[in-house]
Amino acid sequence: MVVSPSTMAAVRASGAVPNAEFLLSAEGVRKEFPGVVALDDVQFRLKRGSVHALMGENGAGKSTLMKVLAGIYTPDKGEVCLKGVEIQLKSPLDALENGIAMIHQELNLMPFMTVAENIWIRREPKNRFGFVDHGAMRRMTEELLHRLNIGIDPEIEVRELSVANRQMVEIAKAVSYNSDVLIMDEPTSALTEREVAHLFQIIRDLKAQGIGIVYITHKMNELFEIADEFSVFRDGKYIGTHASTDVTRDDIIRMMVGREITQMFPKEEVPIGDVVLSVKGLSDGRFFRDVSFEVRAGEILGVAGLVGSGRSNVAETVFGVTPAKAGTIKLFGKQVDIKSPTVAIQHGLAFLTEDRKDTGCLLVLNILENMQIAVLQDKFVKAGFVQESAIEEACEAMAKQLRVKTPNLYERIENLSGGNQQKALIGRWMLTNPKILILDEPTRGIDVGAKAEIHRLVTEMARRGVAVVMISSEMPEVLGMSDRIMVMHEGRVTGFLNRDEATQIKVMELAAQ
Amino acid sequence: MTTKTAEAAGPLLKSPRRRRVPPELSIFLVLIGIALVYEILGWIFVGQSFLFNSQRLTIMILQVSVIGIIAVGVTQVIITGGIDLSSGSVVGMTAMIAASFAQASTWPRALYPGLTDLPFFIPIGVGLLIGLAAGYINGQLIARTKIPPFIATLGMMVSARGISKWYTKGQPVSGLTDQFNFIGTGIWPVIVFLVVALIFHIALRYTRYGKFTYAIGANAQAARVSGINIEAHLIKVYAIAGLLAGLAGVVTAARAQTAQAGMGVMYELDAIAATVIGGTSLTGGVGRITGTVIGTIILGVMTSGFTFLRVDAYYQEIVKGGIIVAAVVIDVYRQKKRTKH
Repeated sequence: MVVSPSTMAAVRASGAVPNAEFLLSAEGVRKEFPGVVALDDVQFRLKRGSVHALMGENGAGKSTLMKVLAGIYTPDKGEVCLKGVEIQLKSPLDALENGIAMIHQELNLMPFMTVAENIWIRREPKNRFGFVDHGAMRRMTEELLHRLNIGIDPEIEVRELSVANRQMVEIAKAVSYNSDVLIMDEPTSALTEREVAHLFQIIRDLKAQGIGIVYITHKMNELFEIADEFSVFRDGKYIGTHASTDVTRDDIIRMMVGREITQMFPKEEVPIGDVVLSVKGLSDGRFFRDVSFEVRAGEILGVAGLVGSGRSNVAETVFGVTPAKAGTIKLFGKQVDIKSPTVAIQHGLAFLTEDRKDTGCLLVLNILENMQIAVLQDKFVKAGFVQESAIEEACEAMAKQLRVKTPNLYERIENLSGGNQQKALIGRWMLTNPKILILDEPTRGIDVGAKAEIHRLVTEMARRGVAVVMISSEMPEVLGMSDRIMVMHEGRVTGFLNRDEATQIKVMELAAQ
Repeated sequence: MTTKTAEAAGPLLKSPRRRRVPPELSIFLVLIGIALVYEILGWIFVGQSFLFNSQRLTIMILQVSVIGIIAVGVTQVIITGGIDLSSGSVVGMTAMIAASFAQASTWPRALYPGLTDLPFFIPIGVGLLIGLAAGYINGQLIARTKIPPFIATLGMMVSARGISKWYTKGQPVSGLTDQFNFIGTGIWPVIVFLVVALIFHIALRYTRYGKFTYAIGANAQAARVSGINIEAHLIKVYAIAGLLAGLAGVVTAARAQTAQAGMGVMYELDAIAATVIGGTSLTGGVGRITGTVIGTIILGVMTSGFTFLRVDAYYQEIVKGGIIVAAVVIDVYRQKKRTKH
């Protein structure tokens, strides 16, 4: 029996919903896109009052499944059941009215509206003249936020909130629909540890109220901390569901990649050469002050620090994206004035930015056009004309070396998974043959397999004598890959740690002060 | 490369050099479709062929050549994610100024009586320079002050129109030399249009200038981090658009053998329409000159067809507006389909 979403919503409103074993389940779901089978005979079962994590590499199908569950995609085959009753969700609104709310990675709040307006949008309480009753809305919001133990002023405009607080507002909004199911897409990717702890507390409270949570993450430790169960997907196929207490980290990685990853961090000891980049007393007058450090050829300098500590800003200033207010930068012992990224590239610098979508990919262009853009500054061009076949060959060879998974280089880069986009962008910089490589969160939002490959590439670059500066929020990555670690806190360098003395605790002590 | 390594590297297959159907094909089919509709309607209502009339086709292409020349520049601007509203006014301004240096000594009311009978390249050069200067100012304003291209070129649109009226206090500039008028005779405007289109087709597809233009339109911030000097590049693009509007102004004056302050009114909108109909996306990063050429011809066929069918000029404009909107709707729909997965 298929029930239309509106009927189901009406039944739900009347409170006469059957008490099935699973809150939400999917069986035999298939979803095809031109050229790819994103989901192939996939199943999923969410228990009442539990957190169910979806695990898998990028492109494994977990995002597609999540979108099917949230009514964004309609499956080609298979059924989705809400409390044991098959239902066809035709839109996210359908899903919401049936108690399935999704919290997107890109938060969908309106920045110039208040917290209360954002939460009750489309359902604003009205007074008897038909106008919005702001007093009632405020009270409702206060009550809701209080219940969730979220300390945010309902009257504040969303644009003034931190990312973490926006996330909390999204959660409050989802809960305000009396949702039975919350779908969270990498909710912690931009949060600090303390914020994560608060989020987890809220998730536990929601769980206690019988709400089921679908939780998507790439972070293994979160899985053990918050999830009751998890399902693994690989290449659009369902691999299995387990209780998170039954398995080890290695088990999960094996399920996700279908192979053993023997060495997570292929760090190699390579001879360290002369100082290549030397930064002294650098300030941008805004985000960081008096930053000094050196990097040598073949060395990997890890940069640790909490979000907002100014790490990315230092990288941007060194690369000429934002101007320096004070301080000097020396390359190979010579002082240089890096006015723009153009100058930086001429000096042999390369900079993989933090945000793939905003400052990395040329989304509407193809992979070839994305890879060649930086090297065209001074190579592969004769009298203004691009030497098409030469650059194509170089890009093809690079894409092969980097194992970019694509049928050909004429695919739009936006059709690639995050990991493959990242590889293509690394290729963009490797083509320029840099002497100094600055990487800002090189493996954020990337699956385990691609992560390992990127680590392998970074190691390879260091072996070739490239000086690497690697900013990362992932402690194991910083500890595993770096020769030395520079730690920043609120715009200042708080210390350096050598590879042999660095531990998670020491780094955190410097980062949190 | 052996197959084994290729396998290890994942399915990176040998790239076919010519890939997929070019996006222009669908626009071309639309052109054919519109022409066929006119052909059929022609036989039914007028009793003659629309297509098999070389005179009509020549006039049609002649009429849109000036729009086409402008559209080649506008296409490049729109690919960077910008817009140029000033081109129509720049046409009027350059037509006036160029014509004032092209007057014959036999004309009794020459604007500069001491500067008559100048060789043709002087008025043409002056026209191109004025256009280039207008575009350069647009580019400087947009690149340096970061004001939206819509506003910067809107300002130029108003000012340039003002200059063309002020220049002769509203009087037309007539009595142009035959040398100068030559560029507007016969099918010369069409040749100028096609040569300009070819040059910039090559520039966009095969030169670094072209690659950077697309990159800026696709993601300006990413382009900047990749080492592109966005400010300098945008100035180039707007200057080229201005230069081409200047060329269009020269051709317009030569065709009419006179110049008036009202020349080129609304040409910028026709040029934007031709560009958008030709598949260039207003969000930037996507578009080709070949599409714009077809888009220009579609505009010409539409107008010429209406006249052929003796449709009232009022209805012509109403329907034209609808077609332009439809082209953008199709573009938006295409974008949506693309981002679906």
